[in-house]
Amino acid sequence: MSVPLSYIWRNLAARKLTTLLTAGGMALVVFVFATVLMLEEGLRKTLVETGSPDNVVITRRSAGTEVQSVIDRDQAAIVENQPEVAYSANGLRLASKETIVLISLAKRNSDKASNVLIRGVGQKGIELRPQVEIAEGRMFRPGSTEIIAGKSVAERYKGAGVGETLRFGQREWTVVGIMDAGKTGFDSEIWGDVDQLMQAFRRPVYSSVILKLNDPAVFPQLKIRIENDPRLTLEVKQESVFYAEQSQLLANFIRYLGMILSIIFSIGAIIGAMITMYASVANRATEIGTLRALGFRRKNILAAFLMEALMLGAAGGVVGLVLASFMQLFTISTMNWQSFSELAFSFTLNGAIIIKSFAFALIMGVTGGFLPAARAARLNIVDSLRAA
Amino acid sequence: MENLSEPIVQIRQLTKSYHRGEQLVPVLTNISFDIFSGEFIALMGPSGSGKSTLLNLIAGIDKPDSGSLKVSGIDIATLSEADLADWRAANVGFIFQFYNLMPVLTAFENVELPLLLTRLSRNQRRERVELALSMVGLTDRMEHYPSELSGGQQQRVAIARAFITDPVILVADEPTGDLDRASANDILAMLERLNSEMGKTIIMVTHDPHAAKSAHSIRHLEKGELDVTN
Repeated sequence: MSVPLSYIWRNLAARKLTTLLTAGGMALVVFVFATVLMLEEGLRKTLVETGSPDNVVITRRSAGTEVQSVIDRDQAAIVENQPEVAYSANGLRLASKETIVLISLAKRNSDKASNVLIRGVGQKGIELRPQVEIAEGRMFRPGSTEIIAGKSVAERYKGAGVGETLRFGQREWTVVGIMDAGKTGFDSEIWGDVDQLMQAFRRPVYSSVILKLNDPAVFPQLKIRIENDPRLTLEVKQESVFYAEQSQLLANFIRYLGMILSIIFSIGAIIGAMITMYASVANRATEIGTLRALGFRRKNILAAFLMEALMLGAAGGVVGLVLASFMQLFTISTMNWQSFSELAFSFTLNGAIIIKSFAFALIMGVTGGFLPAARAARLNIVDSLRAA
Repeated sequence: MENLSEPIVQIRQLTKSYHRGEQLVPVLTNISFDIFSGEFIALMGPSGSGKSTLLNLIAGIDKPDSGSLKVSGIDIATLSEADLADWRAANVGFIFQFYNLMPVLTAFENVELPLLLTRLSRNQRRERVELALSMVGLTDRMEHYPSELSGGQQQRVAIARAFITDPVILVADEPTGDLDRASANDILAMLERLNSEMGKTIIMVTHDPHAAKSAHSIRHLEKGELDVTN
């Protein structure tokens, strides 16, 4: 039997301020740690869910992103007519030849300009993305200068609300609808008719072709055929893979920066815990000596002080996670370096992040508590009784 | 009372010294004596005479340099650190000058503490603790914290904690040293009752001749040696 938990817990409660400050320090570190993971998860979720597994994105070989990709009309026509491409209910191929243009728009609150991605989509563009819904207004009419804006674009940029107009490509464009893309990357885009946009920007070529397969299993044969066709210089990727790769660079940056920050902060918190625990051991030398005299073993004392440090860590973990969970209410936007356009996403908390953050808090507690606990366990009984 | 002819504590040529910097300071030299079951002895002597060290050795919280120290036939000087802890839990009850109660635990929980090292169930522990606290007259103070008790009351909690495991010997280091006369008398009367009614062997270190009168016999220590003239 070991030292009772009530003894450990009440000692923490008896030193309210020290306990609060130490656990508070750890809570802040856990907050930073969890927030970084939530940011990375939010970004990953936004971009990965943008893609659907039975859609295929075709870009120019080695282009990497749609922005840098160029597909001429002949190539697009060959691709569109591959046998693996599904048909829609009215007998048309489920394919969308698209063009991507970056324009600079002023933000509503600051007037600062930022890049927004304009996507010219074909007739089937919407049908290929079931996650995109018209939340307000209506779809643009083909062959017109009407556009629809993603939810985050409409909220954040001047002239992007329903009924407002934007000027780009030497034309006035009327926003006739707002699309809700379920927090995917499309929420940060503006869509219009592909032919109108290509004329306005004097582009003779498409950027990408999106296809829906009649069966996801035929993807490998389509990929091999297109990539080996000497007439084509194209690359074929599943849409979900394509977007996951787009998030890689930014996600890695956030992760490494966040981990480095967390580690540096955690050293501070661990030292704080260590100081608190050393003081706790010094203040209670007589109590430790008495417990040992009563027959508690060294390992019982070690366990008691480690438990105390664990409780400090756990308290920090819980508070830090509660604070971090409020971050889910915020949406942030940043430049996606792979498309050079702005991407809005939110902090996303999931079970894995909760477990990781809590484990991180406990590890901080144990690391900070180990040396003081070992010192408590090694105290000489007679000396510590004399410390009274 | 038990058979007085069998010593419960047998001390032979016990020697102990401390390092003070480079110097080796002898504290006890060649101490030999017996304590019999049911005895109540007082260890007296001036400061630095080694009486507390002797008590610590008998109680198994310190180790001698040489000599043998048998309690109930076991040479405790040869036990390992962990075995010695178990031995103390089962055989020794401690009473300290400053009570040494855990400030964050109630009187009840303080007395229960040594029982946590036994196999007793929660209910059995509760029964024992309630009985012990009623024996020291603190039934109505069970849920009080040490800071809510007087010095005399705290020492009574400490006494209850000392005999709760029914140990072979009770060691008391200046048990009345921090108390006023009335409380001190109270504590001494309690120790006498533990000795006479429950047959507990008690070894008490004290400065106070008045306290020493409660004991059956007094051993004087002088510069680490037993004063045989007494």
